[in-house]
Amino acid sequence: MALISKGKVIADAWHHAGAEGPLADHAIVPLERISEASGKFGVLLPNSAEMDTIKPYLEKLALIAINFPAFTDGRGFSLARLIRRTGFGGELRAFGNILPDQYASALACGFDTIEISPERALRQPEANWAAAYTARDLAYQRGYDNTGSILDRRRAAK
Amino acid sequence: MNIAVTPPVDKPGSNQRPAMYYYDHFDRDYVQERVSQFRGQVERRLTGELSEEEFRPHRLMNGLYLQLHAYMLRIAIPYGTLSSTQMRQLAVIADKWDKGYGHFTTRQNIQFNWPQLKDVPDILQALADVEMHAIQTSGNCIRNVTADHFAGAAADEIEDPRPTAELIRQWSTNHPEYCYLPRKFKVAVTGASADRAAVLLHDIGLRIVKNAAGEIGYLVIAGGGLGRTPMVGKIVRDFVPRDDLLAYLAAILSVYNRYGRRDNKYKARIKILVHETGLEEFKAEVEAEYAALDRSGTNADPAELARIAAYFAPPAFEAVDASALETQKTAHPDFARFVDTNISAHKADGYAIVTASIKPYGGVPGDVTSAQMRLLADVADQYSHHEMRISHEQNVIFPHVKQSDLFAVWQMLKRDDLATANAGLITDIIACPGLDYCALATARSIPIAQEISKLFADEARQKLIGKLGIKISGCINACGHHHIAAIGILGLEKSGKESYQITLGGDPTFTASIGERLGPGLDAEEVPHVIDNLVNIYLEHRVGDELFIDTYRRVGQAPFKPALEREVEDGSDI
Repeated sequence: MALISKGKVIADAWHHAGAEGPLADHAIVPLERISEASGKFGVLLPNSAEMDTIKPYLEKLALIAINFPAFTDGRGFSLARLIRRTGFGGELRAFGNILPDQYASALACGFDTIEISPERALRQPEANWAAAYTARDLAYQRGYDNTGSILDRRRAAK
Repeated sequence: MNIAVTPPVDKPGSNQRPAMYYYDHFDRDYVQERVSQFRGQVERRLTGELSEEEFRPHRLMNGLYLQLHAYMLRIAIPYGTLSSTQMRQLAVIADKWDKGYGHFTTRQNIQFNWPQLKDVPDILQALADVEMHAIQTSGNCIRNVTADHFAGAAADEIEDPRPTAELIRQWSTNHPEYCYLPRKFKVAVTGASADRAAVLLHDIGLRIVKNAAGEIGYLVIAGGGLGRTPMVGKIVRDFVPRDDLLAYLAAILSVYNRYGRRDNKYKARIKILVHETGLEEFKAEVEAEYAALDRSGTNADPAELARIAAYFAPPAFEAVDASALETQKTAHPDFARFVDTNISAHKADGYAIVTASIKPYGGVPGDVTSAQMRLLADVADQYSHHEMRISHEQNVIFPHVKQSDLFAVWQMLKRDDLATANAGLITDIIACPGLDYCALATARSIPIAQEISKLFADEARQKLIGKLGIKISGCINACGHHHIAAIGILGLEKSGKESYQITLGGDPTFTASIGERLGPGLDAEEVPHVIDNLVNIYLEHRVGDELFIDTYRRVGQAPFKPALEREVEDGSDI
């Protein structure tokens, strides 16, 4: 898998745990195993996960990954915002089928990193992600990083 | 390539420029950046670096569809408002990169049916030069926001809906959370007491209302729509305070994005979610999200809506001496007919709203040539404060015409067949492009519209029939809005042959209803005759000046059934 942060491919300190077997530190566990995990761990959520399921674990989680089963399925963007709304300050990772063209949206919804398959990384290499990162445009909405929407900048310019 | 454009010359509210939104440098840079980006993507597609599959999402983001014979470019006309400068630029595009004409759609947009892929970046640049674009005219995102085409001019208006629509346009542009919704999402706004925007038939419909305390806000309707499963929208909230609109919209969109069905594209619109969840539970979910979300972080600064609204300040209306009008009508009976049908009440004394008909007898509904576009722009410059509207009925509206100028406007429009006296009448037919252009279509729409139009061309008979809407769709996706027509026609394919179903009793207004199927499908040649029968049955049963929909609701469908029976004389044995 390839991990992208701030437009660069970086080394991943985390690994995905399977459905069974012992859990080490820095494991991203499937949602079904969330109650088993301890220490520094993360969870991989389906994009249909309900906040009530996750809330009891939020303080213990250092990382949350949200699965994108297809790039056309935008549920992960809404879920990311809901998670950030709780004050979650750990790493938020978009996992799976996500395109460089969606990078800016992912960041605006509160994601930090993007994790894609090696096959996808071949077709969409670091250069594409770097380009998408630098081409981030001013937006009409306030994103998670809230550097000021176009609407706010207009007011500030008054 | 750059086309010289007259820059905005004066402040908002001046009579020297149309009372409509103008881009500031943020808007201009934003659209320009999208044009440059798409130019790069087209180059990569043309060199083969991008496959058609990889290119597809990029082109759809810019309104470029692959249709039956060619690419089709759908250009947004935000809430149907168009300046004369913009209309002339559309004429340039039609001449330079298309076949000399364009097609106004039922969503107040314009489509060009024959652009070459290599030219599309230049077309988008030409649009950007006049503050237009094709962003979000396709894809599963929030589409071009539509509004009452009489906005800012109608006598029955509480408030001009366009500042609200423009605020939503900006907020929904490339929204990070809502660009990959389960399905497309359409919003309509009206500020009037009569509904000309079909707000009950959109994913979200907004009515500007006043509450008991006299404050302006929005009545919010959700879950309406046409397509395969037509549904009338439901009121989800009677009053959302003006400043909270975006937060409330975000609450609905978030619920829809998370829970809308994604397993079947035909069940993915919000209407199905509202229907399957149940209205009360859906409302509870929206209210819960509305209560939980960061309202002030989502809403725009109220000063921003005020900034936008200033652009729409109505022109300074003058005192008008319209005393010659009656004499002109007497001297020219065809002008009198035009005034009777194509003029609507204006809020200012001495002014009128004029509908230029894009429905000449036997013509293609909504098609305009570049010459007609230029003529329309000239009329707008000379007589309507440089401004026009595209109606969802596919006509062109001049919102602010002095009654003393009506005769001159009519004479100009007549020059190029734009003055047909049929606005709202039976030949003012709405039709989708159908099988003549569209990749989804199962039957032709345009030739059916043309035949019906010719059949009813007699203006005395049209006047006798009165207001009656016929709408034609060439497939069940219902772009021709047949579900909400008094008489709807749906073209399907049955064993390799076109087959047309008739529906009766649709209504697009605040008393919305979905038309009911009359009986088995008809062959194309049979349709005009059956429509003629239906009209005769209506005239037989009509009491006073009752509208078709009212007669239908009173007498029911049974009296109309015989309209489907074939004439015995045609010799066929069914």
